[in-house]
Amino acid sequence: MAPVQVRGEVLSNRRVGAYHLLTLVAPGIAEVSRPGHFVALAVGGENTSMLLRRAFSIYRVAERGVYGGTVELVIAPKGPGTRWLADLRAHDPVDVVGPLGHPFALPREVVTATLVGGGYGAAPLFTLAEQLRARGCRVDFVIGAATDAKLFGALDAKRISTQVAITTEDGSTGERGLVTDVLPAMLARNASDVVYACGPMPMLAAVARVAHAYGAHSQCAVEEAMACGVGVCMTCVLPVIGEDGVTRMVRSCTDGPVFNGDLVRWDDIGTVPADALGAPVADGGAERSRAGAAVGGSTS
Amino acid sequence: MTRMRLTRPAESGAALPDVDMSTSLGPLLLPDPVLTASGCAAAGRELEPFVDLTAIGAVVTKSVMLKPRSGRPTPRMAETPSGMLNSIGLQGPGIEAFVDKDLAWLRQRGVRTVVSIAGSSVEEYVKLAQRLRLADGVAGVEVNISCPNVEDRGQVFACDPAAAAQVVHGVRRSTAPGVAVLAKLSPDVTDIVAVARAVVDAGADGLSMINTSLGMVIDTDTLRPALAGVTGGLSGPAIRPLAVRCVWQVHAALPDVPILGMGGIWSGLDALQFVLAGASAVSVGTVVFHDPSAVARVSAELRRALAEHGFGKLSEAIGYAHRGEGLAVGAAPDEGEGAGAEG
Repeated sequence: MAPVQVRGEVLSNRRVGAYHLLTLVAPGIAEVSRPGHFVALAVGGENTSMLLRRAFSIYRVAERGVYGGTVELVIAPKGPGTRWLADLRAHDPVDVVGPLGHPFALPREVVTATLVGGGYGAAPLFTLAEQLRARGCRVDFVIGAATDAKLFGALDAKRISTQVAITTEDGSTGERGLVTDVLPAMLARNASDVVYACGPMPMLAAVARVAHAYGAHSQCAVEEAMACGVGVCMTCVLPVIGEDGVTRMVRSCTDGPVFNGDLVRWDDIGTVPADALGAPVADGGAERSRAGAAVGGSTS
Repeated sequence: MTRMRLTRPAESGAALPDVDMSTSLGPLLLPDPVLTASGCAAAGRELEPFVDLTAIGAVVTKSVMLKPRSGRPTPRMAETPSGMLNSIGLQGPGIEAFVDKDLAWLRQRGVRTVVSIAGSSVEEYVKLAQRLRLADGVAGVEVNISCPNVEDRGQVFACDPAAAAQVVHGVRRSTAPGVAVLAKLSPDVTDIVAVARAVVDAGADGLSMINTSLGMVIDTDTLRPALAGVTGGLSGPAIRPLAVRCVWQVHAALPDVPILGMGGIWSGLDALQFVLAGASAVSVGTVVFHDPSAVARVSAELRRALAEHGFGKLSEAIGYAHRGEGLAVGAAPDEGEGAGAEG
């Protein structure tokens, strides 16, 4: 469905661990969004000097008759834009564009699914879990983060799923380590058919690899820096192999954010692979080596 | 809850004052003076949910090259105060796929289309123009001789009047007479009037000004350049005064040459600045990333601003700021309704 641009309004904003749970009245978006869709918010108010939209996957939606639909987003305050959002109060206006992107693909058959969320990246997985359960699928969860405060949705996960594993890098909750430390055992034990994942790029790369090794299909929702979210700026590209076997630099906003984990060239993110369609030829070496220096830099 | 799309002309047309907004860029006749900007609207399709593409001045497509091009690695973008830096590197499908898919879609929808072309040699520009001449649905060709995101900065033809003129001459010769050829100029030159004069003498019907200005951001976490491409093009309201100055200087020197003005236009009053400086039409670029319905909103705001200043026609306002006489202070806005955006 086509996205809409609406003047939304903050219904509530509350802290959840290291994050803010922002509930926005955004009519026309909640009603049509599906798990994996995202919204792009303008930040900084009317006279903002921050031009670029901030993209957030949708945690939950509700259709609350009087106000119109609401969308809930998980905000991690880390830069001026996300801090502005974290400081919003009830009734503040927010310009919202959505729903954007391709949502998670739901299986036609009854399958066993393992959902893997890293930090606030776990946000879109809970409505997905509900829909999978409604189709009779078994749902298991792996939730991980650097610290206990940065875990998101552990309680939701316990409520929705058959089995839950929690990891923190500092060991403050659950097992000490990364989600991929516990994922292989979970996939083996439960014979998972599908892995759905959302979180930081290195986590997704590792999850896709594990899923592949255990014969599971993987669907990964990527977090890539975007300027517009609607497909016009061409900043959020990553190398993905197409159905024809050709690698293209595709937009994570309109071609994603959910990709088949087997088709993303995880090791080549931040570069243009030499065999990508339209890659620089001959003197392309200089361009590729420069790319090696670039890490992070996402808008926040 | 008010929907932002209330500002779409199609939905608020009745409330808009009666101003003749039609304009022209050489042979290109436009019912509305607000266009998209190359590189900020892809090939139009993505903006269809937000803007009536047939009502706006025209879609100016992202620069297309002869062959498919992957562009540069990421990160390609960095936010800067009231602007952004980009180094996309002219990613695109190549002219054949562009004509078959993107241009066909625009033509089928009846969208006025200005195709932006980019090449690495005069010959490439000529081939692009020749290919477009065989295609339907091209109302204008914008010759991007000023993209800063290319491996070889020597490719920036717009920094050399003679090279810029060669490219424009080749494109003009290969383009049908009824199709406007616009040369897109770079602000990163010492004398923009000299470049403007050279491309006009070479046959340009009009000038698109300005392209981005070369800039750089260093990431203080990684202690390295923020962009994979190291440098990038600065755009957005941050460069607006630079753009208005360029339009002013060129219009002063070449008052009969139509100018498509652009550079950080956010509101109708921003657009009005460009018109008063000498632009016959304007493009809204980077602000579309912030507000995907901006092109229609700016047009509505510009119309109100013109009416409030007593202009019955857009054409009366073109270059108005150059006139020695005082500004039209009469014709005070009669009511508060729709006072347009504030700077």
